[in-house]
Amino acid sequence: MTMDISAIFQIAGIGIIVAMIHTVLKQMGKEDMAHWVTLIGFVVVLFMVVRMLNDLFQEIKTIFLFQ
Amino acid sequence: MEMVQIAGIGLLAAILVLVLKEQKPIFAFLLAMFAGIFIFLMMIGRIEAVIGTMQGLAERSGIPSVYLKTILKMIGIAYIAEFAAQIIRDAGAEGVAAKVEFAGKVLILVLAVPIINVIVETVVGLLPAGG
Repeated sequence: MTMDISAIFQIAGIGIIVAMIHTVLKQMGKEDMAHWVTLIGFVVVLFMVVRMLNDLFQEIKTIFLFQ
Repeated sequence: MEMVQIAGIGLLAAILVLVLKEQKPIFAFLLAMFAGIFIFLMMIGRIEAVIGTMQGLAERSGIPSVYLKTILKMIGIAYIAEFAAQIIRDAGAEGVAAKVEFAGKVLILVLAVPIINVIVETVVGLLPAGG
């Protein structure tokens, strides 16, 4: 297994922190910056999830004799 | 106790999803997807053991390996389709999930065609000629 349970906390933490930064930047009147922060956080988390999804599909392919 | 671990992971993920949904729904969705992948990855080692046993049994009873391979492929397609469809349903796109399930069914049917052919040929061979 490449990742452990802490990855779930990581994702949740990234989400909460991004939400906080978004709110703060919005209060400061920097709407566009706030949206960029959200987008970057999303891409980081998406990268983690997609890598793990790739692992899962590779495992399924090997186990269920697709090769 | 692996079951306790998995129940814990599921509950934890559900709580974190509830927290995140208020602020950023997209992160909540990714978190739910991640938890699903995680649990699936934990279970896939066990599935591997069961399939190894099945293969051993099939080899000993002399069943042609192509049949077992076909069945395993079908199970694999079913797992992938179900997994993807449930995640898509979580995201709220009910229609797309239904299409993914439909594609899984069609692909399983396509895999079954050679076996159906063999059955039909066997039945035709059993029939008396010209009867």
